[in-house]
Amino acid sequence: MNIHGKAADENFSEYVTATVGDQLFGLPILRVQDVFVPDRLTRVPLAPVEVAGVLNLRGRIVTVIDMRVRLGIGKQERETGAQRMAIGIESRGESYGLLIDAVGEVLKLDGASREANPVNLDPRIARVSSGIHRLEGQLLVVIDVDRVLEMSAKAMAA
Amino acid sequence: MDDLLREFLTETNESLDVVDVELVRFEQDPNNAKILDNIFRLVHTIKGTCGFLGLPRLEALAHAAETLMGKFRDGTMPATGEAVTLILSTIDRIKEILDGLERDQQEPAGADTDLIGNLERMFKQGIAAPAAPQHTVGLLVPQVLERPLRPGEASLDELERAFRETKPDPVVPKVKEPVKAPDKPAAKAPDASADKADDASDSKIAHQSIRVTVDTLDYLMTMVSELVLTRNQLLEIVRRHDESEFKTPLQRLSNVTAELQEGVMKTRMQPIGNAWQKMPRIIRDLAHELGKQIEIEMQGAETELDRQVLDLIKDPLTHMVRNSADHGLETAEERRAAGKPEKGTIRLSAYHEGGHIIIEIADDGRGLDAERIKAKVLAQGLATEAEVEKMSEAQIHKFIFAPGFSTATKVTSVSGRGVGMDVVRNNIDQIGGTIDVKSVTGVGLSFTIKIPLTLAIISALIVESGGDRFAIPQLSVVELVRARANTEHRIERIKDTAVLRLRNKLLPLVGLRKLLGLEGGTEAEMDQGFIVVTQVGSQMFGIVVDGVFHTEEIVVKPMSSRLRYISMFSGNTILGDGSVIMIIDPNGIAQAMGSAITPHAMHDEAAEAARAAASEQVMSLLVFSAGSARPKAVPLSLITRLEEIDARTIELSNGRHMVQYRGALMPLIRMSDEVRIKGEGAQSLLVFSDGGRSMALVVDEIVDIVEDRLDIQVASNIPGVLGSAVIKGQATEIIDVGHFLPLAFEDWFRRKETTVQKKTRSVLLIDDSPFFRNMLTPVLQAAGYTVTTAGAAKEALTLLKDGKGFDVVITDIEMPEMDGFQFAQALRSDPRTAKVPVIALSSMVSADDLERGRQVGFHDYVAKFDRAGLIASLKEQTAAEYRAA
Repeated sequence: MNIHGKAADENFSEYVTATVGDQLFGLPILRVQDVFVPDRLTRVPLAPVEVAGVLNLRGRIVTVIDMRVRLGIGKQERETGAQRMAIGIESRGESYGLLIDAVGEVLKLDGASREANPVNLDPRIARVSSGIHRLEGQLLVVIDVDRVLEMSAKAMAA
Repeated sequence: MDDLLREFLTETNESLDVVDVELVRFEQDPNNAKILDNIFRLVHTIKGTCGFLGLPRLEALAHAAETLMGKFRDGTMPATGEAVTLILSTIDRIKEILDGLERDQQEPAGADTDLIGNLERMFKQGIAAPAAPQHTVGLLVPQVLERPLRPGEASLDELERAFRETKPDPVVPKVKEPVKAPDKPAAKAPDASADKADDASDSKIAHQSIRVTVDTLDYLMTMVSELVLTRNQLLEIVRRHDESEFKTPLQRLSNVTAELQEGVMKTRMQPIGNAWQKMPRIIRDLAHELGKQIEIEMQGAETELDRQVLDLIKDPLTHMVRNSADHGLETAEERRAAGKPEKGTIRLSAYHEGGHIIIEIADDGRGLDAERIKAKVLAQGLATEAEVEKMSEAQIHKFIFAPGFSTATKVTSVSGRGVGMDVVRNNIDQIGGTIDVKSVTGVGLSFTIKIPLTLAIISALIVESGGDRFAIPQLSVVELVRARANTEHRIERIKDTAVLRLRNKLLPLVGLRKLLGLEGGTEAEMDQGFIVVTQVGSQMFGIVVDGVFHTEEIVVKPMSSRLRYISMFSGNTILGDGSVIMIIDPNGIAQAMGSAITPHAMHDEAAEAARAAASEQVMSLLVFSAGSARPKAVPLSLITRLEEIDARTIELSNGRHMVQYRGALMPLIRMSDEVRIKGEGAQSLLVFSDGGRSMALVVDEIVDIVEDRLDIQVASNIPGVLGSAVIKGQATEIIDVGHFLPLAFEDWFRRKETTVQKKTRSVLLIDDSPFFRNMLTPVLQAAGYTVTTAGAAKEALTLLKDGKGFDVVITDIEMPEMDGFQFAQALRSDPRTAKVPVIALSSMVSADDLERGRQVGFHDYVAKFDRAGLIASLKEQTAAEYRAA
């Protein structure tokens, strides 16, 4: 049984889903440390625009990246009232939080439904995406966490 | 990794470091048997342990080295430099193998036949005569060894004989070596007889200390840091509740935490000597390589600092010592010629001073070559010639720290110093330290480094700016000043530069909001702010913030790698209330303020010199040649632009030379018939513009821009020449620009007159310098004023009191007998002249002058060469007078 289970698992990937704007995104579950409500965000003067600020998460300093800015989706309309959420990830011993609009459920998706990025995908999304999953009724953009952070490194050089 | 192997590695590495140092000492003092004994035993221990652990490569090397050293010890061979070098390179090889061992947990493959061969050869050379055959009484049991004997190894037979012949030695009291790893007694067996006494006492010490990995200590430190944070949070909470039963236990917790913090910090402290350990070896090798005689002195090696800090300064220190040996110290011949002892000295010293550690690296070499640095600075465009001219030597020396200063080709041979000094400075900046350089040509050079004892926890001042809080390390905060308009602590401005008068010095100010690009930051807000007087190295400046809270012990957390490029911050921290704030990096701010800050900030001779020079009316003069070989000069401020045009574009029209320039025809004027207009190639021009018109003086060559006093000594009767002055030691003709302007456009002056008010206004111009009177008169006339001149304030007063009315008085400030201030006061005291507007001219406008000028009743203040400013001011004053009338 185990063997079968394993073989099946290889084709499936689990994603933590999140929405930014109207778009559904998925982050590989293995990269997600936690999901939290960003509280008391301290802005960082002179930082790249996508860095929303830093905050204290249980004694660790977390750099929060605003995915709306990062993906070029545009600032959230004010007075929506909804509290934005952050997905905690780790990279080279440092903690980051990706600021998104809402967190969805965890999906286990078949690799067969996955496709490469369409060529006409908005470059701001394409540069952080490693593919698209066709779901029923909507599409899920798979986020490559490392590329999200990579680009902020580049932005800083500019 | 095997525990035994790990212990072996740690121990052997430590021993080898000692061997390095001791060998160099030994070379200098070959008769010191104590040092040799020490080395011998250490190498022997290594050899023994290697054999025990089954590390043949290491064992063979150690054996060969030991054998050769044995020759030194029994005096059959002198410790030559060559022999010591060989042993040192063997030690290096052993270190390499150890590195490999640590990495792969086994000896790296390879053979050391080259080194061992050399060692054995030297050993054989050293044997002068074969030792006489030894006779032994007693029964010898023949013993067999499975391999041939290595040179220096005794056969088992000989050993046996030796044991029989030797009477038990009396225990020789040994001086304990200064640095000694607790050795394993087993490894010491062969030397045991001499060591026994030591071992007994050593073992006691050994049991009192244990080895703890650095990771464990780091982890402890992190935990203590967290504890400090939590304590701060608790204190913050209790502070808000007056009556709390938690108060007393919390106080206790707070004290215990502080003690714990101190204790843990202590475990991380290491003597700076650890970072210096390798220096003697480095110096020795360099000395050999460079053929110099170098001595290294070390003081205060026991001074302790946090190991993290120690790690970070290790490389910069090594680098600077290398630099000193390589570039700073001269060769023996040069030193002899300079009357210095042949042996150059490099001195390293360290000591504590108020929470910091001061490290000095000094040499008695040739010092920095300011001229070469200057050339380099100019070549790299780090400063302009004019700026460099004004700088003091100390300021010029500081350029060795400029980023990229040394990256250009071959700085070593050019500037004599400076390879990678920017890197050194960066490293030191990183740990919140400062570095300063002092150099006296021919006498020596010294660097002073000031660094905090520890990086993990610092005391910081919490400030507010633009609604956010920031921490400024207390280390660099000198004092706090509350800025208030209309008090002595008000912020004053020179154009857009904000300054504060602080105890008779001007302190340059920078608004934190503006610096960090935060919203707000208007000048009005700044005027109500707090000024954090900060010192970085010898640079002082004020950071203007909106509010100041308190000081707090903060735990420095590094910035995220994505944000580390922001030079204004050195890290971030979590405050007692749980929020994250940025830690301001004063070094970053100092850099951001840039060189613009230095003229205000300097408290050294340079400032005095600059001030003295300014009072002597130093001005920038453009020196050029035209026609004759005699240099000519014109005040730079009168020139609009320097141009170089293609001579072929010069056209002849209506008998005059013209050139199309910025969409209009510009007449070219020759100063005399001697000046030739070129037919081809590049033609240099001095362009003068006024009121939308331009003319150009044709010159042969632009020679230089110099800053000098203008003192016309011989007046001239040649039209167009005001007279001659000595500039940079050469008699130079000073050109009267006013003479040439009408030559270009006949209506240059008339045109203006028609556009200005119908009624001509009269101006009294007072200046002791005939040059300025001559220069300004045509300018003022051009603007439509009738000009009367006076060479002294007294003369002007007489004119005024005689009832001659003037609409405006323009006066110089620096004048003999009666200066501009006194003159203005005299005017104000006489009711007849009290209302005449007075415009002051000065080559130097400081905030002090501005203030004084306002008090004595100057209506305006104009820089001496600011012609446009003067005309504008004149218009304003005469118009104001109209309105008043």
